[in-house]
Amino acid sequence: MTTPNAFTLAEAREALKEKRLSSRELTEAMIAAMAASRPLNAFVTETPEKALAMAADSDARIARGEGRALEGLPLAIKDLFCTRGVRTTAGSRILENFVPPYESTVTQNLWDAGAVMLGKTNMDEFAMGSSNETSYFGPVENPWRAEGSNKKLVPGGSSGGSATAVAADLCLAATGTDTGGSIRQPAAVTGIVGLKPTYGRCSRWGIVAFASSLDQAGPMTKTVRDAAILLGAMASVDPMDATSVDMPVPDYEAGLEAGVKGMRIGIPKEYRIDGAPPEIDALWHKGAEWLKAQGAEIVEVSLPHTKYALPAYYIVAPAEASSNLARYDGVRYGHRAAGAKDITDLYEKSRGEGFGKEVRRRILIGTYVLSAGYYDAYYSRAQKLRTLIARDFAQAFEQCDALLTPATPGPAFAIGEKTADPVSMYLNDVFTVTVNLAGLPGISVPAGLTKEGLPLGLQVIGKAFDEAGVLRVGRALEVAADFKAKPAAWWGA
Amino acid sequence: MSVDKDTVRRIAKLARIALEEERVEPMVNELNQILHWVEQLGEVEVAGIEPLTSVVAQRLKMREDEVTAGGDAEAVTANAPQREDDYFVVPKVVE
Amino acid sequence: MSQAAKKSKLIKGETGEWEIVIGMEVHAQVLSEAKLFSGAATAFGASPNSQVSFVDAAMPGMLPVINRFCVEQAVRTGLGLKAKINRRSVFDRKNYFYPDLPQGYQISQYKQPVVGEGEVLIDLPGGESAVVGIERLHLEQDAGKSLHDQHADYSYVDLNRAGVALMEIVSRPDLRCADEAVAYLKKLRAIVRYLGTCDGNMEEGSMRADVNVSVRRPGGPLGTRCEIKNVNSMRFIAQAIEFEARRQVDILESGGSIRQETRLFDSKAGETRSMRSKEEAHDYRYFPDPDLLPLELDEDWIRTIEASLPELPDEKKARFIKDYGLDAYDAGVLVTERELADYYEELARGIDAKLAVNWLNNEILGRLNKDGLSIAECPVSATANNAIIAMIVDGTISGKIAKDILDIVWSEGGDPKTVVEARGLRQVTDTGAIEAAVEKVIAANPDKVAAAQAKPKLAGWFVGQVMKETGGKANPQAVNAILKSRLGLPDEG
Ligand SMILES: [Mg+2]
Ligand SMILES: [Zn+2]
Repeated sequence: MTTPNAFTLAEAREALKEKRLSSRELTEAMIAAMAASRPLNAFVTETPEKALAMAADSDARIARGEGRALEGLPLAIKDLFCTRGVRTTAGSRILENFVPPYESTVTQNLWDAGAVMLGKTNMDEFAMGSSNETSYFGPVENPWRAEGSNKKLVPGGSSGGSATAVAADLCLAATGTDTGGSIRQPAAVTGIVGLKPTYGRCSRWGIVAFASSLDQAGPMTKTVRDAAILLGAMASVDPMDATSVDMPVPDYEAGLEAGVKGMRIGIPKEYRIDGAPPEIDALWHKGAEWLKAQGAEIVEVSLPHTKYALPAYYIVAPAEASSNLARYDGVRYGHRAAGAKDITDLYEKSRGEGFGKEVRRRILIGTYVLSAGYYDAYYSRAQKLRTLIARDFAQAFEQCDALLTPATPGPAFAIGEKTADPVSMYLNDVFTVTVNLAGLPGISVPAGLTKEGLPLGLQVIGKAFDEAGVLRVGRALEVAADFKAKPAAWWGA
Repeated sequence: MSVDKDTVRRIAKLARIALEEERVEPMVNELNQILHWVEQLGEVEVAGIEPLTSVVAQRLKMREDEVTAGGDAEAVTANAPQREDDYFVVPKVVE
Repeated sequence: MSQAAKKSKLIKGETGEWEIVIGMEVHAQVLSEAKLFSGAATAFGASPNSQVSFVDAAMPGMLPVINRFCVEQAVRTGLGLKAKINRRSVFDRKNYFYPDLPQGYQISQYKQPVVGEGEVLIDLPGGESAVVGIERLHLEQDAGKSLHDQHADYSYVDLNRAGVALMEIVSRPDLRCADEAVAYLKKLRAIVRYLGTCDGNMEEGSMRADVNVSVRRPGGPLGTRCEIKNVNSMRFIAQAIEFEARRQVDILESGGSIRQETRLFDSKAGETRSMRSKEEAHDYRYFPDPDLLPLELDEDWIRTIEASLPELPDEKKARFIKDYGLDAYDAGVLVTERELADYYEELARGIDAKLAVNWLNNEILGRLNKDGLSIAECPVSATANNAIIAMIVDGTISGKIAKDILDIVWSEGGDPKTVVEARGLRQVTDTGAIEAAVEKVIAANPDKVAAAQAKPKLAGWFVGQVMKETGGKANPQAVNAILKSRLGLPDEG
């Protein structure tokens, strides 16, 4: 029997169902791995007692024959999901000691399905970042290292703690959130599967908001099947979220192996960018060949406004964030600066101290683009670009069923390498951000290694609410890529 | 368009974020770098294009007029940095 | 009403006459069980923070979901103001920092309100009326309440009001004096109370007015306006306008200019003064709230609401004049309160309308006023009063006895007819009995007979004696007639 840590969600589900393993044994193995992985800094808060209590409850249910969809399966939760009675920080000093008296809809759905919580994973502060270096709790390290190198690499961001926890076998799977690529981009550079569902598929209720019109929760898993299983549990129709869509949640596992025969896969020509490493382009070609070999038809399509997606995103997201983060004012919860001489001083000091550099910068950008005289030039224009970008996708989907693109412009880079230049950091999301602007589903599937031995991913983009189609194409890529590599456990697991 | 030091000070004030004087100049440069980069949106003809209001193609969901929450001042104030008798407490506000 | 300035409304300055221009922004609290975007209760006077949901406290990840009934109430009010109902409206965020504004923004409607242009007919002295234009009505959240006078160094924040639904009703600057402003507010109050959309209680803050005041030379261009915030009684509104207009005239006449600003009415000093906390120039950075979709209303739904509207004060007044033959003044007073109008209609059933109105004005309203009761709390029902008046009309009792019966029923309860029978208060119309009483009084007072025959005015004394003899039950007309004929006095005297 392989170590239970290496199980996929589906494998562990079978093992528990067949009583080859108890949830307690599985959970203890994860707790031990989590404790041994502290050099990775993947978790902000570990909840081993809670995990064991939940596991005991699951074992009792399994014994009674009352096991649910995720019964007894240990998961890691991005620290952006509010968890009742468990500190929720959003990676920020301003929420360092915040303990929510409520549970997010997505995590409640997971607990209702029987899942076990191991802890809360590290992340870029308020999900603002592409490398997990903006966390108040320190950077997360990617479990992967280039061959023969000890250089510390970023795990991508903002869901870098979740990506690392999955890649390093510290949990079976994890939740992430994706505003501009924060699930798919870290998934790609840590060699795991990451799915951003259609906007409105998973409830945003109880998830600390970054940019309300873009944020979406999704699964981060070891396999495409696991992504289907976890998404099925996370997704719901939520009356508490006005943007949650009234559509029943399908069985995503059902059509997973249907194959791509007869499907038309679009290759958007604008995703060929100058200066991208040749390995990216080569992998992309390979992906298209794989799908073609399985019977798909490959068609070239055009998404003419692609190059404007990232700048539009860096107007819309900071604008919404500047307003969403106004509630962190040191009055009702969160960090309050000492010695404020009046209320304005209290706000300015608490927010100045409580927010990190990147968050402060984005709040200022967002405040500026919404301010009197600039709204039309920036915010309104960016929202018009979104209309054009969404229209591009709609037109492309008249010619194909799904799109295939690279997930990232390159593999994991070194910690500290890009922090000095915000724009170069932002460019890491160049392939993922279009999907958020149009509200579409996208998946990143590990597809190969660079010549230094670092993982790379391919992205499949689908029509709105066609997560099933996206998973099906993702599964076809997974089968063809046969990606089996694992990072060497240098951190002492 | 680009920002100057006064604009950055004004924006920081609006956003209620303390910005030490020595941080103003570097922030001017960082913001201008980003603003210069996003200015490429100006290349696109957007006349007659409606700004996207929502990517969700559905009606606004509504709630019935029923009391379903509240009644727990302790839970509401439990995380407060300063509280007294179920009130949040802040430095005195002058009207 | 924007025609030629009415001479009587102008105020005199040292350099000539000035016209006051007034516009009002009225915040009317929607009568609903729960708040606009949360399920917390709205009742007045609850203990601090006891009616606060996590949404109202702007906890991380909380989302607004709109209360359908509040939307319906806004539409109902719009229809009552004969206004255009906008089939599509948008909720925006108005961003500013204040301790009683937990989100750091107020959800309001800025460019696209739910209700557009309408009008209100106001009643002026002398039966005149005038039309005041309504610019818009929009839905928005109320803020919480800060207590500043509890402690030398601290303010205390209670969020019970935070998130309560308000209708902001904005008038055109069509008002020209304090009396018109008060008449407008009274009429608006009557309309929302008829509609049942707001209780109009100014003391509890469920109706608050911001008054915009400017002055100009009659017919000249508009002057700079000052906004007087949250004036909480009709009397204070009149005082505030008069003070503010005079202040502006004095400044202008001494060569100064008016600074556009927000001012506060100090009811103790009877003056307005600049609000320090509102000094700083605001930049609200409005943008559409990404947590909410546009509000789209079905025409059918609007028509259903329209069909359910009650008869409103203006229509009722017209009907009272037409059907009951009342004058404009009496009809106007009766329709100020729906309960009063309903009471009157019940009271006047089958009897003379003028008699009914006099009885209501002279007997009922006087007693209510003395006991500090509202018409709804009247201890004697309209039906009972109708019975009393009917007994006067058919001669069962005299007007004098009727008042005694009202007093009895007022304090002891019971049915007026039963009281009349039980206490033997039925009027004596039997001439034999009255004649006997007259004879008895004349026989006992021969000296007074001679005096009365010399000076007919003294006959009144005999009337009193006869009434006393009959226990007040004798029909006064019969007593008069019999006395006069017995004393040999002319019939008319
Ligand atoms: Mg206003
Ligand atoms: Zn308002």
